Amino acid sequence: MDINDFRSWHTVIMLAIFIGIIVWAYSKKRTHAFDEAAHLPFEDDATHKATLKKEDIQ
Amino acid sequence: MTETTYNYKVVRQFAIMTVVWGIVGMLVGVIIAAQLAFPTMTEMLPEVFQQYLQYGRLRPLHTNAVIFAFGGSALFATSYYIVQRTCQTRLFASGLAGFTFWGWNLIIVLAAVSLPLGFTSGKEYAELEWPIDLLIAVVWVSYALVFFGTILKRKVKHIYVANWFFGAFILTIAILHIVNSAAIPVTLTKSYSFYPGAIDAMIQWWYGHNAVGFFLTAAFLGMMYYFVPKQAGRPVFSYRLSVVHFWALVSIYMWAGPHHLHYTALPDWTQSVGMVFSLILLAPSWGGMINGIMTLSGAWHKLRTDPVLKFLIVSLSFYGMSTFEGPMMSIKTVNALSHYTDWTVGHVHSGALGWVAMVAIGSLYGLIPKLFGREGMFSTALVELHFWIATIGVVLYIAAMWIAGVMQGLMWRAVNSDGTLTYSFIESVERTYPFYNVRLLGGTMFLFGMLLMAYNVWKTVANAQPAQDVIPEAAH
Repeated sequence: MDINDFRSWHTVIMLAIFIGIIVWAYSKKRTHAFDEAAHLPFEDDATHKATLKKEDIQ
Repeated sequence: MTETTYNYKVVRQFAIMTVVWGIVGMLVGVIIAAQLAFPTMTEMLPEVFQQYLQYGRLRPLHTNAVIFAFGGSALFATSYYIVQRTCQTRLFASGLAGFTFWGWNLIIVLAAVSLPLGFTSGKEYAELEWPIDLLIAVVWVSYALVFFGTILKRKVKHIYVANWFFGAFILTIAILHIVNSAAIPVTLTKSYSFYPGAIDAMIQWWYGHNAVGFFLTAAFLGMMYYFVPKQAGRPVFSYRLSVVHFWALVSIYMWAGPHHLHYTALPDWTQSVGMVFSLILLAPSWGGMINGIMTLSGAWHKLRTDPVLKFLIVSLSFYGMSTFEGPMMSIKTVNALSHYTDWTVGHVHSGALGWVAMVAIGSLYGLIPKLFGREGMFSTALVELHFWIATIGVVLYIAAMWIAGVMQGLMWRAVNSDGTLTYSFIESVERTYPFYNVRLLGGTMFLFGMLLMAYNVWKTVANAQPAQDVIPEAAH
């Protein structure tokens, strides 16, 4: 195989992977999982406040 | 400390040292800015000291201190905090995490001693000599073990997007550092690069630009993806966009390095590859900026009252500006004007002060009270004052360097009708003095803001109990 064939295929495959990532990321099936993930920074807020109170008592 | 609480000790250590190293690194920056405005200023010192304070020795000290000491400590602190909180598990291998703190700070001290003494491998942003490079590799591999070990023992299903950015940063920096630092030692303090000529230059800027792309961009985007939603009180604008722009950003940054070597001995096609990839980079960069800023949609009013949010959102504005400017400067014809001028210095500081430092400062103002069991910083008014001083300082700095840079570029390329140069080099230096003074003022303002921060942090943590936050028991 000529090195330029490799380069051409490499470009085509990378483009296909990129389009694949977009299709995957924007598919309806991922909605629920991404919503869950997006809320991770807020999942443990309650425990933080509880800790604050415990320390205030000390 | 048991497995029921988060490991905040190492986070606190790195968070406090971020402020300390920020002041040190920016102070050295102000000193070398003053040297450019007043070139004879060190002559009043005794002759024995003068060599240690040369611009050529202090400049790498400044860049290493602000990037790796200030920026690095901020990244260690926030990544260790974020990976624990979003994985809802205690840090993996606490002893090893402690080792990364002491190891990283030993490296910084060794740099602060060896660079003014004149020991350098001569590679920009990788000046440290080989024994220190080996130590960096050991500490960095330990960092990777702690970080990815924590990801592996997470109690939640998903790996939050911030951790993807931190993970990419840790992996890539390991590869970049080890490949670029490959050298043949001659003595304990002297080595020669493993690579010859133009290949050495290409490896160096493959390293150099990815240090910008992964250390100063991807990792700080990880910080942004936690602290902007947290401070705004709402999840990120589009999680989907964060996934797409993550993969686009990490794939494309790898190829942008050759734009540092336009019109050099590097093959022409390689320069063009670097330029094209730099232009494409605009898309994923702005994807991240838009995603961060739009997280505030519906909550814009919070910007009026919360100076921490101001730091974070203005940092994203500077990120957007400098990632527009960067691709533009990578175009060969534009680079023909901008290269080797102070425009480059302005561009770097638009990114380094406006984006990296501001997002780190904003994140620390959000983080430090939590680490010490406080509801907020000691003084919100001081945070607000810091924000305005820092913002005006950055604007003065970059505007001065833009004007100076374009002026230098135009003067250097001006030719008379007979083909001789219109201006001598020293004429362009002379015309730059007023702008060096404005830059010194802007940099001093930014440093003063850091001193306000140090006071505010001191008042916040003094007499405070270290927080012992409990890990939630229910696995999600």
